[in-house]
Amino acid sequence: MSSLQTQARAPTFFDEVVASTPGECHLDQCIQCGTCGGSCPSGADMDHTPRAIFQMIRAGLKEDVFKSNTPWFCVSCYYCTVRCPQEVHITDIMYSVKRMSVKEKGYDDSTAPDFSKTFINWVENFGRSFELGLASMHMIRHNPFGVFKIAGMGVGMVTKGRMAFTPTRIKGMNELKAILTKAKELEVAE
Amino acid sequence: MKYSYYPGCSLERNAAAYNVSTLATAAPLGLELAELDDWNCCGATEYISLNLTASFALIARNLAIASKEKGRAGLVAPCSACYLNLRKCDKYMAESSKLSGKVNTALAEGGLAYKPGTVKVRHLLDVIVNDIGYDAVASKVTRPLSGLKVAPYYGCMIVRPEFNGEGSSFDDPEQPVTLDRLLKALGAEVVPFPMKAQCCGGHMTQISDSSAFDMIRRLIKGAADNGADTIVTLCPMCQLNLDAYQGGMNAHYKTDYKMPVLYFTQLMGLAFGMDASRLGFGSELVDARPALAKIGVETPPPPEPPKKSKRDDKSLPMPKMIAETAIHAGTTIPADSSQTSAR
Amino acid sequence: MSEEVRIGVYICHCGSNIAGTVDVAEVARWAGELPNVVVGRDYKFMCSSLGQELIEKDIKEQNINRVVVASCSPHLHEPTFRNACSRAGVNPYLFEMANIREQVSWVTADKADATRKAKALVAAAVNRVAYQQPLNSLFVPINSNVLVVGAGVTGIQAALEIADSGNHVYLVEREPSIGGHMAQFDKTFPTLDCSACILTPKMFNVGNHKNVTMLTWSEVEKVDGYIGNFTVTIRKKARFVNEELCTGCGVCQEKCPKKVIDDVFEAGIGYRKAVYTPFPQAVPKYPVIDKENCTFFLKGTCKACQKFCPRDSIDFDQQDEIITVKVGNIILSTGWDLFDARQIPQYGYGSLPNVFTSLEFERMTNAAGPTSGKVYLRDGVTVPKSVAIIHCVGSRDRNYNNYCSAICCMQSLKFAHLVGEKTGAEVFECYIDMRTPAKAYDEFYQRIMKEGVHFIRGKVAEITDAARTPEEEGKTIVQVEDTLIGKQRRIPVDMVILSAGLEPRHDAKQVAIKFGISCSIDGWFIEKHPKLDPVATMTDGVFVAGACQGPKDIPASVAQGAAAAARVLSIIGQGEIEIEAATSVVNEETCVGCKECISTCPYTAIEFLEDTKKAHVIEALCKGCGTCVGACLSKSISLKHFTDEQLVAEMIGAMRTMTLFEAQGQEVA
Repeated sequence: MSSLQTQARAPTFFDEVVASTPGECHLDQCIQCGTCGGSCPSGADMDHTPRAIFQMIRAGLKEDVFKSNTPWFCVSCYYCTVRCPQEVHITDIMYSVKRMSVKEKGYDDSTAPDFSKTFINWVENFGRSFELGLASMHMIRHNPFGVFKIAGMGVGMVTKGRMAFTPTRIKGMNELKAILTKAKELEVAE
Repeated sequence: MKYSYYPGCSLERNAAAYNVSTLATAAPLGLELAELDDWNCCGATEYISLNLTASFALIARNLAIASKEKGRAGLVAPCSACYLNLRKCDKYMAESSKLSGKVNTALAEGGLAYKPGTVKVRHLLDVIVNDIGYDAVASKVTRPLSGLKVAPYYGCMIVRPEFNGEGSSFDDPEQPVTLDRLLKALGAEVVPFPMKAQCCGGHMTQISDSSAFDMIRRLIKGAADNGADTIVTLCPMCQLNLDAYQGGMNAHYKTDYKMPVLYFTQLMGLAFGMDASRLGFGSELVDARPALAKIGVETPPPPEPPKKSKRDDKSLPMPKMIAETAIHAGTTIPADSSQTSAR
Repeated sequence: MSEEVRIGVYICHCGSNIAGTVDVAEVARWAGELPNVVVGRDYKFMCSSLGQELIEKDIKEQNINRVVVASCSPHLHEPTFRNACSRAGVNPYLFEMANIREQVSWVTADKADATRKAKALVAAAVNRVAYQQPLNSLFVPINSNVLVVGAGVTGIQAALEIADSGNHVYLVEREPSIGGHMAQFDKTFPTLDCSACILTPKMFNVGNHKNVTMLTWSEVEKVDGYIGNFTVTIRKKARFVNEELCTGCGVCQEKCPKKVIDDVFEAGIGYRKAVYTPFPQAVPKYPVIDKENCTFFLKGTCKACQKFCPRDSIDFDQQDEIITVKVGNIILSTGWDLFDARQIPQYGYGSLPNVFTSLEFERMTNAAGPTSGKVYLRDGVTVPKSVAIIHCVGSRDRNYNNYCSAICCMQSLKFAHLVGEKTGAEVFECYIDMRTPAKAYDEFYQRIMKEGVHFIRGKVAEITDAARTPEEEGKTIVQVEDTLIGKQRRIPVDMVILSAGLEPRHDAKQVAIKFGISCSIDGWFIEKHPKLDPVATMTDGVFVAGACQGPKDIPASVAQGAAAAARVLSIIGQGEIEIEAATSVVNEETCVGCKECISTCPYTAIEFLEDTKKAHVIEALCKGCGTCVGACLSKSISLKHFTDEQLVAEMIGAMRTMTLFEAQGQEVA
């Protein structure tokens, strides 16, 4: 009979990452060629290149992966995904790692996760993003003195009329809230 | 042709120039853009980092609303991130019945539903070059942008990822050419810009200064090195990074770049003979006036390159480029050039 | 059936392959009780000599005249058991096999299900074999001439071996000279032999061999016939040079004013004239005129070659010649094309001047090439101080070609050596793996390591001229992740060489159709069996050798050329060949001459007889596929050994058994 059935095993970190990524991400096909690490525009600033992260995932190094700044430095430019010779959906896997590290609070530096959370906070309450609110809350928390550096730019944005002072709320806000609440329930039920 | 129009959050204020110039140029192009009723934020690259189902449900609400609108040729998004999110949501829901099921269960709470594949998501540039066509655009040009050297900047999310089959990318993911061709149709001189599809950094400015400024600098430098008067963009995030943060980048690197960053719709409007005030000019942080001053001004012909004597020319021939992948948009590409032995 | 049918049924255990799932003893016992079955046995290995002796013994002692063996796939052992029957005096076509391994024990989990299914298949075979008729194979004579298509090193090798044996070879080559890609190379790995030096003696031998008719600047237009008896139509294109008079002096080339880029032999980085021989050691030495670029053909003027030719051998009125030859066997050795690196825009080939392909570089380092063997940048004068060599360009990449091109790792190492030797430049080699498996290959790698080459394990992401730092200005920058240290690196160099992959010839599909063979999904010609029969094809009499069957290096190509020659010589040596007897036959009385069968036959094995207006099957071409039987509107064609009677009997055997089991309350899987 077919000897291709594997014996039952507890799901590994690798299995969890793959399950958490929509569709077929082909992570098992990675040949560690480094095209992703070579293509990444922010790769030089990452603790580990995307390729290294995949090998760490395979090795089950969950903590190290979550502590790495790699997924948070991913700019979603999709160069890696387009060029990967094995069609691994690299960017999608980065998003999965981000989500998993937020869920387990495994990340080291909270700058990026907090930025996303602050951004989404406005969307979940108003239906649209609100830059002034986002920028101010984010700067206060993460870069209070940085506000002086960008003062010039901030003034410029205001004088050029590019900064809204109040958020816009969509009409269907209640419906949107219901949708998102249900969606989050379904996600947790995974 | 009538389309549903999804401006996205940026176009409301920060990138109002893009919105204004899009709507202004839509009429002469015969494009009817009807804003999607009560659309919500697409979640940018933020929501998907936190919650998969919720992020897709957020995007799908827009698709669900769009699917109810009749007689529309598609859903047009001028912002590349919104475009990618909408397109990706539709594609992934079509590929994963599990995801589609969960998203629709969530949508049902808001009295909505979306069947993947119903709405055709298009980028504004795609609609203009493919549905309207270069010739139609050129025919509306009354004030060609002659003398203006432009660096067409696509950014990353408009051409990548490719996807296959339905919803595949409308231009080359490495060296796209549609914006180059459009700008040429407007009479501008398109300079070679190999960095044209590199990422501007997205929200990197909020995560790491040095990394962000490096990415911005590469693009500004690339355009400047190739002699561009202005960078032309089609995404509000790119415009924000390259324009608003150019000062910060200059301070960081002690450089003095003054590269204006304009939306292609703004230049299109100028070429159509419209007044700059109708096209959102003046909201750029890096002054575009020196570049604009060049339009309509007679430029002297470029100096003749010194003719190399044939005997002295030892250079080896270059392979002929295939038309679609030419980096240097100014070169004449033969219609069907093949390098391999084909007899 | 004129005589009493006495069937012997043999159930094979195949070790535990079958017996582990099917209750073989039970099936044998049950088979013994089927109608017309005289003996039912089970045995461990029916294909062994002892197993076969069992059959032969029963035939002799029990007067068995029909045999059924239930074992593996007929693809494997039908000939084995047919031969056993023959030896014992029973016509081999009175034998039938039931496949209870691939179709039962290997795919069924439940033992009871498997045993029931095995019984059903055995019953089917037993029923069928009762209706089988003795048949005799057809023997066709073999024409001893051989056609070799493609005269690269593989075709040359095959042609020489066959010609030396005394048989005649027609060697057809599409280019003006034989030699193929090997003639373009500078040095060959791992010995660093000069390619032309080892090839040209063979080229000369084959060009002058009394048993070889060399037809260059020619292509095969049509192939008719079957093994032993092919009729091949060849178009010998007009050279516009009279070969009887031309001495190959080369004055025409010298005087020709029209220079064009030679994108075949010089890989696009060199020039030739409109009248040319591709390289100085060309065989034959006669030039050709390139009609598409010749001033006379374009505008009616010039004719400098004719004016200066001392022997008046230029003939602008020369016409293509159509030559028809008869051969018994065909060897295809048509080689490969280079992957077009322009398909990878991020590597800059075609837009960045100093990015070269492997073939361009081979021509550059070749002493007879456009730079006389010197390594220069695209400007033709500057010597590079740093060179990067990139592996896996368009290979091992699902975006382009998924397969490995087999030769690029060794080729890249060779380039590293040549660059170092000729320029002393610093060399960087970027690879994913280092594939150096064959004899003396890994030793070559170690030799190159000693030469100070920087090896970086990483597939190159981008090659660009967009400088970020002052050191990068004016350079070609290779951006790659050095995976062994986990860091992204940008390496500014003067020159980049892309080891582009091998692809099938651009017209491989059309060529395959012409010769009646198939291509794999990647476009390479398909061999009969990748491990056990790599030079034969499913079409008898047509063989493939060399890179056209799949990317390979020169030693493997030469070996395959010789292997194909040996196969052909073996067939010629037999003098005649046996054709499978299961062919179609037309009942001329009922045939209405509608030609439906002729148009549906995939092997063009049916002809229309003009005098009787009936269809007639050419037995030697017929593969017994049965398409014509289905197509025939008047039910006038039947397939021997697969008659309606036999097939229906087989079905009844199986269905009756299944019905029986169902009635007993058991399901058959």
